[in-house]
Amino acid sequence: MQGIVTKIIPFSSVDGPGNRTAIFLQGCNLDCKYCHNPETRKRCINCGECVKNCPAGALSMENDQVHFDPTKCVSCDTCIKTCPHDSTPKASPMTAEAVFDIVKKQMPFIRGITVSGGECMLQPEFIRELFILAKDQGLGTLIDSNGTVPFGNYPELLEVTDGVMLDIKAFYDDEHKFVTGGSNREILENATYLGENGKLYEVRCVIAPDLYDCEKSVKATGEFLLPLYKHHPFRIKIIAYRPMGVRAEYSDMRVPTQDELSGYKDMLSEMGYEEIIII
Amino acid sequence: MRPVSMERVEQTRGEILDIIKSAELTHEQKVTCLANKADSLMEVLDLPEGLDELLNVPGDVKCICDLSEGHAPLRPRYITPDYGKLMKEGCKYLNLEAPRDLFEALNTLLIFYKHVPSVTNYPVYLGQLDDLLEPFIDTVDENTAAKLIKMFLLNVDRTVLDSFAHADIGPKPSKTAHYIFEAEKVLEDAVPNLSLKYEEGVSTDEYLKEAVECALTCAKPSFANHKMFTGELTENYVIASCYNGLPLGGGSYTLCRLILGNIAKKASSIDDFKNNKLPYVMDIMARYMDARIKFEVEESGFFENNFLAQEGFISRDKFSAMFGLVGLADAVNILFEKEGKEGRYGHNDAANQLGVEIMEIINDFNNKHTNPYCEVTGGHFLLHAQVGLAEDQNITPGTRIPIGEEPEELIDQLNVLSKFHKYFPSGTGDIFPIDLTVHRNPEYVMDIIKGAFAKDLRYMSFYSSDSDVIRVTGYLVKRSEMEKLDAGHAVIQDTTALGLGASRNGHILERKVR
Ligand code: SF4
Ligand code: SF4
Repeated sequence: MQGIVTKIIPFSSVDGPGNRTAIFLQGCNLDCKYCHNPETRKRCINCGECVKNCPAGALSMENDQVHFDPTKCVSCDTCIKTCPHDSTPKASPMTAEAVFDIVKKQMPFIRGITVSGGECMLQPEFIRELFILAKDQGLGTLIDSNGTVPFGNYPELLEVTDGVMLDIKAFYDDEHKFVTGGSNREILENATYLGENGKLYEVRCVIAPDLYDCEKSVKATGEFLLPLYKHHPFRIKIIAYRPMGVRAEYSDMRVPTQDELSGYKDMLSEMGYEEIIII
Repeated sequence: MRPVSMERVEQTRGEILDIIKSAELTHEQKVTCLANKADSLMEVLDLPEGLDELLNVPGDVKCICDLSEGHAPLRPRYITPDYGKLMKEGCKYLNLEAPRDLFEALNTLLIFYKHVPSVTNYPVYLGQLDDLLEPFIDTVDENTAAKLIKMFLLNVDRTVLDSFAHADIGPKPSKTAHYIFEAEKVLEDAVPNLSLKYEEGVSTDEYLKEAVECALTCAKPSFANHKMFTGELTENYVIASCYNGLPLGGGSYTLCRLILGNIAKKASSIDDFKNNKLPYVMDIMARYMDARIKFEVEESGFFENNFLAQEGFISRDKFSAMFGLVGLADAVNILFEKEGKEGRYGHNDAANQLGVEIMEIINDFNNKHTNPYCEVTGGHFLLHAQVGLAEDQNITPGTRIPIGEEPEELIDQLNVLSKFHKYFPSGTGDIFPIDLTVHRNPEYVMDIIKGAFAKDLRYMSFYSSDSDVIRVTGYLVKRSEMEKLDAGHAVIQDTTALGLGASRNGHILERKVR
């Protein structure tokens, strides 16, 4: 089957352990205020608006579909900035085989692949097909997810998945709804499910002090996850909100200080967590 | 000895006076330059016909370069003493006994370094430090060992005033290497250059990780493909100077380089280049190297009279010579333009293929040419992808892709390099500045090294895009020292001037950050 692929980064140092090829899938079901790539949120509806704005002639309409020519693109990002629908003309439908052909070019320099998004779990069957191909070549497989789609419904996908990197963007539901537009009940259930099954590889907390009580939330998240951590350890990433790529109305929020971030790290290590990374 | 004109003598006298009065040269640098000027008046080599118009001409038409080795070579260019013998037996000439503890071992090495000549007048090889020091490392407590190693490295940086001084470690982990990493991370000095001989399975992941973390702090060590080098040069090889693989207990008599771009300028077509112009220049360069070697071995008296040879720290029959080249990329691009073909080296399959064909021709030539004094390498020279000189303009080092033209994705760059590294047992290498965020993921660099060595890459260097110590072409310099020199102040290491030249002419600060 086909997945809607936003982009593929051949060598990534920030999407899991070691060097990995990262595959980003188009479309998301949350609406985080600090989203760094809002253009990955929706599928393109082929309205043609971006075609008019592209300064390099890289975009055209063919049979009412927007067509992207990467050889002409100058990466100015005008298309994604002017798209009225939180989308990008660069995402394209690809089969798992076609994606894996691109992944293979990076072997033996990579230890695995990571599927990210958008929210990649909106396309679970595609991920499974891709991971079967990867496993067949001995590559590692990680999913980077917002946790809104229950992993328990996809045991066959988890069978070919080494681990999941899960966002817990706020612990208390009202704050989570404020930050992301959605509830976190499913996310916490997912964390439990993954943790109990040894598939939780990493949990991330995004620190945006203007949006919610970060200290309270990090503390509660740490306490909530601790039994799971003791069952099967995972790493925690503390990610500072940064304005790059964020939609204009939220791009002047306060960036947390190094002291604040180290404070959260210390708090978590006192609870017993060992691998905590500040980004 | 052939006579020289008074005009040339007068010109040289003028240059000598300039050196004496220079504000930018240190005393040691002046003495070296003065010796070179004296040597430049010598005419003793039996030079091949046709050499003059390839060698002694302006930079944009020069086809052969002898890297300022001088006219009457009084010692081999690179010397790689067997320091293991020193550790076991001491040295009669220097009246040194075999060391018994770490204090003595380090002191013995530091004394010995003062007496190892090379083209730079400083040793280009400082030994396989882990093998040399590990037997002594437990003769003192851990803190003392760490402190002694740190002082040793500091001493080397401040007294061996040239970043071509190279020390080796690996492939097995050692306490010595650990102390070296710990010290270098704090010292952030340019000297010594350091290579880790890496072999998957023999070198542990923890060891590689520690080395990568060190490299991202202070641009060293670099990583050498141990399996590949031992396959070609046996276990008894060293990495010296920039990244030169050479036999231990010997070295290289000489290094000359083909300037492929300028040879391509003279060719009317790709065929003309392959069949006429390149073979013509290669033949003359090989015979020029033969003449240099003959003088060193038969006339200079070095191998009879120097204590290194007399006591067996080196032996004449472990020397070879380096047949170098620069500007493969330039040659391919020039030839493609001449034939109206689209595509550039590093980006286009046909262009890369032409690069491979040129390398095959050079490799074949070298396999056919024999020299009676290169027994250790089967009577042949070793190919060498030379890293460039400070004064090089529009010359791309070795087989590298020009700075500024690196492929957008690192994977594409690595795939191009993997076609070329295998040709160069006496050294080639590529350099990758790495983004700071990778500090948090050293495994990323580890995976690239492992993959690269599996794909026959030979030698790789990394540095963090924001560190003070950076790799120029093969050697290290401190950005802060280059700034000092640029402002007109004398600086301690002579390679700083080379780095400054390379940053002006070679755009080394503009490499693509990965
Ligand atoms: S990317 Fe956006 S602007 Fe362009 S066609 Fe699709 S929906 Fe319209
Ligand atoms: S980034 Fe978008 S607008 Fe800019 S050149 Fe590429 S396709 Fe066109």
